[in-house]
Amino acid sequence: MSEYVLELKNIAKRFGGVEVLHGVSFGLRPGEVHALLGENGAGKSTLIKVITGIHQPDGGEIFLNDKQVHFDDPLQARLAGIAAIYQELSLCPDLNVAENIFLGRQPTTVGGSINWRKLYSEADRLLTSLGVHLDLKAKARSLSIAQMQSVEIARAFSLNARILIMDEPTSSLTLKEVAELFGLVRRLRDEGTAIIFISHRLEELFEVADRVTVLRDGSYVDTRLVKDVTRDDLVRLMVGRTISNLFPKQDVKPGEIALKVEHLSLAGIFEDINFELHKGEILGMAGLVGAGRTDVARAIFGVVPPTSGTIQIEGRQVEIKSPQQAISLGLAYVPEDRQLHGLIPAMNITSNISLPILKEYARRGWLQDKAERSAAFSAARQMEVRANSIWQLARTLSGGNQQKVVLAKWLSTKPRILILDEPTRGIDVGTKAAVHALMSNLAAEGIAILMISSELPEVLGMSDRILVMHEGQMTALFSRAEATQEKIISAATQTIKTVRAL
Amino acid sequence: MTVKTPTASRSNLLLTLTRYREFGIILIIIILAVIVTLRAPVFLTLGNFRDILLDISILVIVALAQTMVILTHGIDLSVGSVIGLVAMMVAFTIKANPTIPLVVVVLLGMALGAILGSFNGLIIAIGKVPPIIATLGTLSIYRGMIFLYSKGYWIPPFQLPDTFKLLSKGTFLGIPHIIIFAIVVAILVYYFLNYTRTGRDIYAVGSNPDAAQYVGIRKQRIIFLVYVLTGIAAGLAGVLWASRFESSQTNTALGFELQTVAASIVGGVSISGGVGTVPGVLLGALLLGMINNSVTLVRISPFWEQAAQGLLILIAVVSDILIMRRVQRNKSK
Ligand SMILES: Nc1ncnc2c1ncn2[C@@H]1O[C@H](COP(=O)(O)OP(=O)(O)OP(=O)(O)O)[C@@H](O)[C@H]1O
Ligand SMILES: [Mg+2]
Repeated sequence: MSEYVLELKNIAKRFGGVEVLHGVSFGLRPGEVHALLGENGAGKSTLIKVITGIHQPDGGEIFLNDKQVHFDDPLQARLAGIAAIYQELSLCPDLNVAENIFLGRQPTTVGGSINWRKLYSEADRLLTSLGVHLDLKAKARSLSIAQMQSVEIARAFSLNARILIMDEPTSSLTLKEVAELFGLVRRLRDEGTAIIFISHRLEELFEVADRVTVLRDGSYVDTRLVKDVTRDDLVRLMVGRTISNLFPKQDVKPGEIALKVEHLSLAGIFEDINFELHKGEILGMAGLVGAGRTDVARAIFGVVPPTSGTIQIEGRQVEIKSPQQAISLGLAYVPEDRQLHGLIPAMNITSNISLPILKEYARRGWLQDKAERSAAFSAARQMEVRANSIWQLARTLSGGNQQKVVLAKWLSTKPRILILDEPTRGIDVGTKAAVHALMSNLAAEGIAILMISSELPEVLGMSDRILVMHEGQMTALFSRAEATQEKIISAATQTIKTVRAL
Repeated sequence: MTVKTPTASRSNLLLTLTRYREFGIILIIIILAVIVTLRAPVFLTLGNFRDILLDISILVIVALAQTMVILTHGIDLSVGSVIGLVAMMVAFTIKANPTIPLVVVVLLGMALGAILGSFNGLIIAIGKVPPIIATLGTLSIYRGMIFLYSKGYWIPPFQLPDTFKLLSKGTFLGIPHIIIFAIVVAILVYYFLNYTRTGRDIYAVGSNPDAAQYVGIRKQRIIFLVYVLTGIAAGLAGVLWASRFESSQTNTALGFELQTVAASIVGGVSISGGVGTVPGVLLGALLLGMINNSVTLVRISPFWEQAAQGLLILIAVVSDILIMRRVQRNKSK
């Protein structure tokens, strides 16, 4: 008997002619949380999908409890006791919450009919144990990304698997939900479940993982005990160099007002939002996931116009009714959800990037291919998009690289006001530093930036001023000097009345 | 306050009603019924209603199967040809063996349909040919096979035994058999889609094929299955068709596939998959039946009949979309 429940030996995987995993080996012990770490496109998700039978390896062997196995499809892996949460959201939008949790294995009566009552009560029990409250009958389509992620977690936990794989499960969760999740993860680990955990947030890894395996460019680098490594060690293993300055914020003297929002409300969603955004300024929007920050951004961008209040752009009052109008006014909005709003999955990188600026490449209705290509190429390089070529379909990019393409796409519109919604979610440390440097440069060029972020270090590190929201209300506005982690957290969790009373 | 309560509860009732996808189409059915009755009072008689049900029974059977295909984001354009081919083969068989038991005839028709359907299923699920192309191909192939099989002959009514005609014409407790067939199929499909895992898998595959695959649903099998089931339904429809129209011709059910698709779509089934209900499709078929029926009743010139039908279907679909959009907007307010 080896010490591993799951062992991979020399796994290779090719897509088309390109090899993305080069002989990766990996051993998972029972009762451990094993983190998988690597830059965007390093091959983490691909390795996971080889384990769960979505992809078949082109070389190497997989052993489950010392027996060699070969999974032709995910069902075989599931029956062998492997459960997974994938990086891309995998819910059926037209089915409801409860059914999505039990998709493909709904509880049945003795007669073989689906036992809907049991399905709902089990789903309720599961979500409660995760500390999540959702309408079980709501269609998955209507959920926020954080809620979708919770449903996927509930689905994976409901399998009582011996091996649980989680590919960036926390990217959209609130701190509280993450804490609940980690509590459950530890409990499962103590009961002997082996867990593979992927995250780009290194602090999470230190909090929950026992061992960590690092991949770089599809190759195995090293496996270490988490308690024996430092953050810098991990970064060096991942990117092969040290990254010093994570928040390279330059001091920019704010210019005139670019965007002014007064008493902005969307009935039932958020109310009475007031702020000014100056040229060259980065205004951070902090708050818990679900505080209504994205809704404010979408209202300003004309996706769902506000029900009352006014918006001024460069001193002129405007009524923005559609995103097209917003774009023509010099706004750009990088949405938080790249799968639903950011990318056309079936188009290649070039077309995705040039989508909002196609007009510029058209002469009398015909596209000027070459110009389009070179512009896309330089935008992709600026964002360090890692792909086989700029013709690769967006759908087949790694999660973090999809995010970079979305950023590149909107930056190519050369906006005067840029709204970024969770700009570095799912992006590795190296690129994160690059994105931050880019933001800082854009601000220095006089672009006004509104940055929504749930990562406090990012908000504190990058913002000139910080607006905090809680449950649809604006609860505080801090300058860079007065903002602290504690002040933001308290404003993000307390109601407006208490904050005002203070 | 006492004054307020009844209005509140009434608007609540209206609100719950609008939650159902079928709300819009029911409204349209009522409006159409009122308009047609004003011009031709016979419309609102039990006899006429019975005629409509008789007319749509076969449509209901095949449209429900078509719905399962559309739920997976597919389409089966070959159903009309399958009906025609099965009707022809069954009619020839009965002509040769008039004493053959009806049960055997029905089973034979369904088995033939299953074979034709599984051929569709194979090219789509295994061969990965887009459904619209695959079934457009088999539409012609199966129709061509009718000519090859019958050598251009047709089976006129007098060559079919009365027992066979009674398969659809006979009544049970006053209800024509053919309507009972449709009701049974509707109940079976309803149960299958709502109370079996395979039924739910159909929705999952249509709603998000990757997600379905990730949770271990065998996508290809589900896709294969819906085409086989549609073949079986079309096979049954072929037998009933021969019995109801007491004959079989080379152009039997020509173009019928479009009606089955129309009934599904009018009934709220989403062409992009994952959305649709059995009650909705039943209403869709009913609305189509009413439209056909009223076009005859108000005596539109035969030249205009088809155009009028098409126009009415378009109006129905568009107003349904408008009504549902209204409802959505009110809800979000
Ligand atoms: N279906 C596919 N076809 C072609 N290339 C693919 C496909 N899936 C993944 N790749 C490529 O394989 C490489 C590894 O991708 P993978 O998704 O495993 O990265 P990752 O480590 O999970 O990155 P991230 O942190 O961004 O999620 C990438 O270069 C990606 O472009
Ligand atoms: Mg990944």
